Amino acid sequence: MGYPHTPHPRETLVLSKHFGEPEARTYRGWVKRGGYEGLKRALAMPPAAVVDEVKNSGLRGRGGAGFPTGLKWSFMPKERTKPHYLCVNADESEPGTFKDREIIRWTPHALLEGTLIAMHAIQADTAYIYIRGEFAEPQAILEQALAEARAAGVLGRFQIHVHRGAGAYICGEETALMNSLEGKRGVPRIKPPFPAAQGVFGMPTTINNVETLAAVPPIIVNGAKWYQAMCLSSPKSVGTKLFSVCGHVQKPGVYEVTLGFPLKDLIFELAGGMRSGRTLKACIPGGSSVPMLDRDESERCIMDYEGCATLGTMLGSGGVIVFDDSADMVYQVMRLARFYAHESCAQCTQCREGTAWTTRILERMLAGQGKPDDLDLLLDLSENMTGKTICVLSDSCAAPVVSAIKKFRGEFEAYLAGRSALVA
Amino acid sequence: MSTATHDASEPVFRGDTLKRLQEILARYPTKAAALLPALWLVQQARGWIAPETMVEVAGLLGLTPAHVQGVVTFYTMYHQHPVGRHFVQICTTSPCNICGAEDVVKAFLEQTGARELGATSPDGTWTITEVECLGACGFATPVLIDDELVENVTPERVAALVRKYS
Repeated sequence: MGYPHTPHPRETLVLSKHFGEPEARTYRGWVKRGGYEGLKRALAMPPAAVVDEVKNSGLRGRGGAGFPTGLKWSFMPKERTKPHYLCVNADESEPGTFKDREIIRWTPHALLEGTLIAMHAIQADTAYIYIRGEFAEPQAILEQALAEARAAGVLGRFQIHVHRGAGAYICGEETALMNSLEGKRGVPRIKPPFPAAQGVFGMPTTINNVETLAAVPPIIVNGAKWYQAMCLSSPKSVGTKLFSVCGHVQKPGVYEVTLGFPLKDLIFELAGGMRSGRTLKACIPGGSSVPMLDRDESERCIMDYEGCATLGTMLGSGGVIVFDDSADMVYQVMRLARFYAHESCAQCTQCREGTAWTTRILERMLAGQGKPDDLDLLLDLSENMTGKTICVLSDSCAAPVVSAIKKFRGEFEAYLAGRSALVA
Repeated sequence: MSTATHDASEPVFRGDTLKRLQEILARYPTKAAALLPALWLVQQARGWIAPETMVEVAGLLGLTPAHVQGVVTFYTMYHQHPVGRHFVQICTTSPCNICGAEDVVKAFLEQTGARELGATSPDGTWTITEVECLGACGFATPVLIDDELVENVTPERVAALVRKYS
């Protein structure tokens, strides 16, 4: 799906309302659409009141962890005795996820406005927007918007800089991002200290995802109650979320729905369902790091934090990867494991060795050289890769492996028995 | 992107490039934080980052050459050797993989004459690589040619793309 895109009647457009309108990229075009009204109002409020408003809205971090945004902001020191920083995580690299890219490409001022409001709320003078190195086009659009906002005097006393990454998935992890920003290898830090106490350059720091920040201006303009009322299921999961649907669907693309939307409808109604003659086999609902669902679970899954947790998976970044019956799950899990092996920063043994070993085992199974106890070995390895490392990259490699073995064991066993893939 | 026509021992940071670095340094409270941007400037000027240049960057930013090399080797987008005039990155991770990305890779290798992944075509024009996710999974297969992202690439489209850039 490209733009312009005719929204599906079941979409709720808050963040994506102006996707596809080139004029919305310009400062004037953004102001014409009501832009920077939220900033004006926020600047008239004490920082603590802005934090409370966002806290009351129920907004949760859209980067993957789902941590309440207002609460995160409230961890920053109330008294500003040294510089405070905001880091904007635009290092969108989770396979299956391509939502921040569209926010930056189509509504860069929404991100800048949210960034400025957050800076006011946490009393930061400087923000760094850390954008992945591969996003050259989105970065150029963002820098143009930033130059226009600066020229229009919107930035006031705030400094915003765009910082380009250089190809490292791990830099999407918040402490790795801070190390990278400091000019180091992007390896995650041990917590504590948490960023709010000692973050980038050793100063109090908040890190927010692009989509989270883009949701802030409409919350300030329309109020916390308005945001909270956008709820289809659990009161803990409110507001809209961008879901990037990809893989085997007829209309892959970014769809915005209220949290609590059924995954089945997202796949079959909004994204056009399967290709002709194909059936749904599996779905990874929240980016490649979360456990996969089989067909039955996919048809029951409610897309919010709690609904995904009920089925043993996570809403994550909202990257929905759909597999039809032509997908060889053993091969695809190997590709995911290879991804994590390639992206491991290599500082923790369990991850450095575990991701590479997992990949090698899967590769040999695919080559018809699997050993009878390979599945047990994979599960044992995965257990030792879960909850034991500085960050969750290792866990993220284990999640698809364990869930695939549990749900598609027959396909793995077929390879072990010397047969080729059990694929239609 | 320029290729290895420069003498690697010549300094990169002179004139406009040095001015650009000074502007970048003003954004950060430490000199070291300008390392990634400085390395991007080097790559834009030279097409790759030579060991001699790592020493130069280290000197400018008050770092050890070992630190700079550690950073260059950590990030996949910095080239440690000259690459073709066009550097192609094709996503082959799962969402694109199931949509036929590996056939796109094959088509690029065939059409450009680059014999294998990471190798440069004999005429020096093309270097083809696989990449782990370009963040454009809904547009399978996305291909990054230098800094330009081409969406929805199929094997059939590759010949025309190669002609366009050659």
